[in-house]
Amino acid sequence: MTGRLYIPRDAAALALGADAVAAAFAGADVEIVRTGSRGLFWLEPMIEVATPAGRIAYGPVTAADVPGLLAAGMLTGGAHALRLGRPEEIPFLARQTRLAFARCGIVDPLSIEDYRAHGGLKGLARARELGPAATIEEVTQSGLRGRGGAGFPTGIKWKTTADAPGHRKYIVCNADEGDSGTYADRMLMEGDPFGLIEGMAIAGLAIGASKGYVYTRSEYPHAIATFDAALKIARREGLLGDGFDIEQRVGAGAYVCGEETSLLESLEGKRGQVRAKPPLPAHHGLFGMPTAINNLISLASVPSILADGAAAYKDIGYGRSRGTMPIQLAGNLKYPGLFEAGFGLTLGEIVNDIGGGTATGRPIRAVQVGGPLGAYFPPSLFDTPFDYEAFTALNGLIGHGGVVVFDDTVDMAHQARFALEFCSIESCGKCTPCRIGSVRGVEVIDKIMAGTNVDANLALLTDLCHTMKFGSLCALGGFVTFPVMSALIHFAEDFRRPVTQAAA
Amino acid sequence: MAEDELWNRQRAADIIAAEAGREGAALPILHALQAEFGFVPRDAVPMIAAALNITRAEMHGIVTFYHDFREHPPGRHVLRLCRAEACQSMGAEALAAHTCARLGVDWHGTTPDGAVTLEPVFCLGLCAIGPAGMMDGRPLGRLDATRVDAELAAAT
Repeated sequence: MTGRLYIPRDAAALALGADAVAAAFAGADVEIVRTGSRGLFWLEPMIEVATPAGRIAYGPVTAADVPGLLAAGMLTGGAHALRLGRPEEIPFLARQTRLAFARCGIVDPLSIEDYRAHGGLKGLARARELGPAATIEEVTQSGLRGRGGAGFPTGIKWKTTADAPGHRKYIVCNADEGDSGTYADRMLMEGDPFGLIEGMAIAGLAIGASKGYVYTRSEYPHAIATFDAALKIARREGLLGDGFDIEQRVGAGAYVCGEETSLLESLEGKRGQVRAKPPLPAHHGLFGMPTAINNLISLASVPSILADGAAAYKDIGYGRSRGTMPIQLAGNLKYPGLFEAGFGLTLGEIVNDIGGGTATGRPIRAVQVGGPLGAYFPPSLFDTPFDYEAFTALNGLIGHGGVVVFDDTVDMAHQARFALEFCSIESCGKCTPCRIGSVRGVEVIDKIMAGTNVDANLALLTDLCHTMKFGSLCALGGFVTFPVMSALIHFAEDFRRPVTQAAA
Repeated sequence: MAEDELWNRQRAADIIAAEAGREGAALPILHALQAEFGFVPRDAVPMIAAALNITRAEMHGIVTFYHDFREHPPGRHVLRLCRAEACQSMGAEALAAHTCARLGVDWHGTTPDGAVTLEPVFCLGLCAIGPAGMMDGRPLGRLDATRVDAELAAAT
């Protein structure tokens, strides 16, 4: 073998032809390692070759480029138009602080040796030394908050679960990553599944759980397959099985099952309908037992907190938002990708400096942060720091860290209508404001868009949003008002467009 | 193929029995049945209910709650197109309109020759390379009308 080549097997890289690229190297004298993605999607498939000077990246590579790359001596890092140099020096990566994603795109996701060689299992070893109470204290001190968007302190959730009486306890990982614009869970499960397994093993130890469930959405078949394979390896290696095991369960296309109580109902084999809280899952969770339910990224952040100490994690961040967040740049951007960094970057820095503005080259008009329940921000709010509190103060949310950019061709009345239509499709039906309100909301926006009694219907829509926000049982009906009201407030002109003949 | 030709009671009973002992077995059973038959046959619903000791009405409620479970067999190929915001920002709605028109079906529809079923999906986690889709489980990124047409031409 003359060398070693790293080609991603991440679903997005596959969608852009990574398998064909790998096949094109079949005749070359080179070992191919399939990795996750580094998350620089405008450069995918981005392949890397091991050289004495470190890895050298090339991208975006198509199968047709391969003969030329080989002729240019790419297996020894030779010059070529697609040569990107050392990946760590690409500005998009060099500016990041990768903790949860430290190994993603670098290691063979199903090699436990690779995982160990890149710092894996140190956190679990330290947790075992510390014991449950000190492990929880470490996580509390780190300031880690729920990365699903609610931002509840993870350590406090764990302590509540640990203290709750129960002969059986569960740790549940929410990998039902349904928000449009988010793909961090998918990337991590495909690129570094042992990171999640280690995080859950630490959580299980901390709260005294005997069983862990990972609830993965069915839309992620590659993540499901990689994670199941990783679980088998972890059992074989003795990482699981001795008093604590993890099982993966697959969702069935219901967005609302990303809501924690609905997820628990679904895991129990029921309709994914929201439960009223209290009781909290920490007291009365899966099958009525004390359950810590955490977002995948929260759990994947834990190993580095234990390995490097709470202080190192807490030193990163902004305000009460400590540590790093994998921001997922999506939609109409020149440089879309995963950007893990400390909290506090402004929205403008994120979409313009890092994301490079729109892919279409047109001006940015709106940025939706935090998925389909997140607010739409106009450029006038681009100085908002990426932080739980700052976004809440503006009637928005950071959610799971998805940032979706729209150019100036977007019709914001249409986007507001879509938010409510989506809610009407995905409502679990348990509470009236969400179930009925979303349907009525679509009807009212249709009247506004048709130019019927616009003022009265805008007032009605605002009133309806108020009812849904404060009357809904969970975030679906409550927060769907964020995209609607932000569109109404920041893009009011779109709701008063002259009705064209075609639309009438 | 017609639904009754696909149906195999013994096979369904075996699948249900294999999964029924798990905690919260309903979804694993339904996924396994759909993997076998391509849909969840109506005749299987009372069988699952009996195995899980719940009423047929409850079981019907579970099956129909989840978008994934089909009531009827799909075509030979299933094309899923993402309808969510990130893909919208890159032109997913126009692409969907083109695809519906080309196939002559609406969402969830199957072409008369049984070749392709078109399903909507709200996010495949391919939001950085939209518009995204999936053909028989194979991820597709940066779709446009030409690429969709090529996929459909190959799906016979």
